Amino acid sequence: MSTAMFGSGIRRREDPRLITGAASYTDDLTLPGMLHAAMLRSPHAHARIGAIDASRAKSARGVVAVYTSADTEGALQPSPCAWLLPDSDLKIAEYPCLAKDTVRYVGEIVAVVVAESRYQAYDALELIDVDYDPLPAAIDLEQAGGPDAPRLHAEIEGNQAFHWTVSGGDVDAAFANADVIVKERILQQRLIPTAMETRSAVASYTRASGELTLWNTTQNPHIVRFLCSLVTGVPEDRLRVVAPEVGGGFGSKIAVYPADFVTVFCAMKLGSPVKWTETRSENYQATTHGRNHVQDVELAATNDGRITGIRATVRAGMGAYLSTAAPGIPTILHGLMLSGVYDIPAIHEEVYGLYTNETPVEAYRGAGRPEATFMLERLVDVLADKLDMDPAEVRRKNFIPKFDDGHDVATGLTYDSGDYEQALDKLLRHADYAGLRAEQEEARQQGRYPGIGLSTYVEICGLGPSQVAGAIGFQGGLWESAIVRFHPSGKVHVFIGASPHGQGEETTFAQIVAAELGVSPEDVKVVHGDTDNTPMGWGTYGSRTTAVGGAALALTARKIREKCKVIAAHLLEAAVEDMEYEDGNFFVKGSPDNGKTIQDIALMANVSWNMPEGVESGLEASTFYDPPNFVFPYGAHLALVEVDAETGQVELKRYIALDDCGPQINPTIVAGQVHGGVVQGIGQALWEEAVYDEDGQLLSGSMLDYALPRADKLPEIEVLSTVTPSPHHPLGVKGIGEAGTIASTAAVYNAVMDALKPLNAPAVDMPFTPERVWRAIQKGKGN
Amino acid sequence: MTIPVSIAINGRRYDREVEPRLLLVHFIRDTLGLTGTKVGCDTSQCGACTVLLDGAAVKSCTCLAVQADGAEITTIEGLADDGGLHPLQESFWNKHGLQCGFCTPGMILAAHEILRTNPDPSDEEIRHGLEGNFCRCTGYQNIVRAVRDAVQEETS
Ligand code: FES
Ligand code: FES
Repeated sequence: MSTAMFGSGIRRREDPRLITGAASYTDDLTLPGMLHAAMLRSPHAHARIGAIDASRAKSARGVVAVYTSADTEGALQPSPCAWLLPDSDLKIAEYPCLAKDTVRYVGEIVAVVVAESRYQAYDALELIDVDYDPLPAAIDLEQAGGPDAPRLHAEIEGNQAFHWTVSGGDVDAAFANADVIVKERILQQRLIPTAMETRSAVASYTRASGELTLWNTTQNPHIVRFLCSLVTGVPEDRLRVVAPEVGGGFGSKIAVYPADFVTVFCAMKLGSPVKWTETRSENYQATTHGRNHVQDVELAATNDGRITGIRATVRAGMGAYLSTAAPGIPTILHGLMLSGVYDIPAIHEEVYGLYTNETPVEAYRGAGRPEATFMLERLVDVLADKLDMDPAEVRRKNFIPKFDDGHDVATGLTYDSGDYEQALDKLLRHADYAGLRAEQEEARQQGRYPGIGLSTYVEICGLGPSQVAGAIGFQGGLWESAIVRFHPSGKVHVFIGASPHGQGEETTFAQIVAAELGVSPEDVKVVHGDTDNTPMGWGTYGSRTTAVGGAALALTARKIREKCKVIAAHLLEAAVEDMEYEDGNFFVKGSPDNGKTIQDIALMANVSWNMPEGVESGLEASTFYDPPNFVFPYGAHLALVEVDAETGQVELKRYIALDDCGPQINPTIVAGQVHGGVVQGIGQALWEEAVYDEDGQLLSGSMLDYALPRADKLPEIEVLSTVTPSPHHPLGVKGIGEAGTIASTAAVYNAVMDALKPLNAPAVDMPFTPERVWRAIQKGKGN
Repeated sequence: MTIPVSIAINGRRYDREVEPRLLLVHFIRDTLGLTGTKVGCDTSQCGACTVLLDGAAVKSCTCLAVQADGAEITTIEGLADDGGLHPLQESFWNKHGLQCGFCTPGMILAAHEILRTNPDPSDEEIRHGLEGNFCRCTGYQNIVRAVRDAVQEETS
């Protein structure tokens, strides 16, 4: 086995347990004596809580306990927000694990029932009587900050959680001198992440030792341990957090949640293991949502299509409380990306984070970057339209020219490497763009309405240098760790701090070891997810697991290789400088046939009978890798749609994704990430929306009402790539987990608006339901 | 009140006393501890709970355990009879038809149903046949490929 393992689309090592039903997710766990918890959730978006009478519930069959906030007082600290955005007048409202005197969104936890069975626990919820005194709710994002809006938190004026600004260049001059200015109001609707596995927690507490184990559906068990320790008071050395198999996250399993802490509380109080698993309806109400911006954005340009400035005001709805990482999403991960792939000299954005009586908003696949990409990509199309230029041409005119070792943009970031024009060119060639435009012209003559949409994007991921984390108020580090351990037989264990949950790093990481050390990936077992047997790491989000953790692993493997060289030199009675390495074989220059294999050396290092002077026994190494910069994958996507002008129905006919994430360790897995990501972005454009009524009731509260992408509504995604290595990454790789989502919403949106162009239809808010499209077409008829 | 049921799952008979309201999926998962079958929703939308009941696919959250009395059920754990892999399991593995794996047991059994009722489906028919199963990870593309691949394996 050899370096050829890098770049090979081998099938995944994690799959056998998953395709046979042998994998164990949190809810699959059963412990002896385990009890079941169910949460009583507020049916009101905003209400004072009066008396709570749980006496009937307590005496119901099988019920062991009912707790309210009075019981957890002093035992549970508030659920924390851990991204303390600086220079933003950040106001964090206390988020009690169980609501105290007020509920602020439908789904907030008021009480918990613990019973012998899940059915009994849910039955007992109905027997708890709560007096609610309903209050008016702040829902509409455009009014939530106004003087007449109901206030969520007594001490927080104007419901304003933060006000953050990014500025670079002279934006006023850019607009004063502009030949043309285009403006849009964009609604980035609220989305529900909908990981197929709902959230769950199993807590087990041993009173005698004070040890707590929490099995949890999380993307970052080490962060959960850190924060759970703060909230529950269990010291970190007594607290073990395990992310078993996790059924997708998409950002919704980054945060720590009140329900998990309440489950821990129950287990500690009762001395029995307690399991809590949310229903899908609870998941829709209480697991974090994503996006949710109202964006007012304008773009200044010259008559020949050069963008000279961008200016925006964004209202970001945060929900009733600030979730764990929430303040950084519409700011750092959004505003800093406003230059996109373009050379824009002046940028200014103001972001207002607002509390509303809705479910808290967090990262959702892409987290801030889709909202930035959409803004730019939409405006570029509007500009092209205004100047009567081809949208591809306007993009080309503004691209940052090819660079391979750093490019500064006006928001203050330094991109690592990119060749944006090459990406667009390759995409357009593959699509036969000119041909598509000709066909479109012909179709229009026949009264049909096809549309072509482009989206060219760059994103920031591989989060990120820890020093930057500190500077932007992220209350943690952003490095990753890896331990590589060779056993006497030459088999390998890898222990990582990151926590993949579907992304396939058990395979790609085995490939990294195989490529670096010449073992078979079959011989490498990657262990993750258990804080008791993995080194500290900050988790899997922000497309960082391979970008940061993969670097930690590659560097660790190289340390092992260096140690092997020393041992091999000793065994071959040669000088270390004369040693060469190839595909798992260490040999004296010129004599590859008389070398020592890595397996030989692993055996010797472990038995340690004949080691060189001063070299430690064992063959194991570790690395804590803190990246010097973020990585910046990019690409160009094209969507082809057709709109039925009679019904408003949009059909997605073709989708082409070109993504550049640097060298691909496993192209099959990369393509899989692109497919899934693209489809989530398509979902936002065409179908998905979390809808609240004005009283704060979640109308799209189940899978019946929230329209997820389905197999029969999608074409084959055509996947292309270019390869631009990151100059600062040991393997050159960038991230790919979120790229598809970041690009695709804008591509589909632009395609639909392109289709509607001959119909004079005004801009339509996402998602493009047939009704909205039809209404826009009717309006267009009046224009 | 409980009612006796006798249900064969993956070739083994289970005699149990159950509450009349107990859903088949909870009988399988909680009563018997066969956790390969998943629960992804509470409105019969997602298909994660799909099993074969007397050979045909059903969403086991839409059915009571007592309704399955006397039935023969196959779950993902029992799909391959010799402890190896069923051709559909192979093709999901070969074609990268899964990521987090949570939808996968239901998907594989839904795919089984497609091929049971139509041994040589077109891509469109495969996509149509999967409309009752949600996957949030794969965009369905490699699931469709996996089903197609299983057809080709069968016919080659
Ligand atoms: S759990 Fe049965 S369809 Fe969702
Ligand atoms: S593989 Fe994750 S939901 Fe399908």
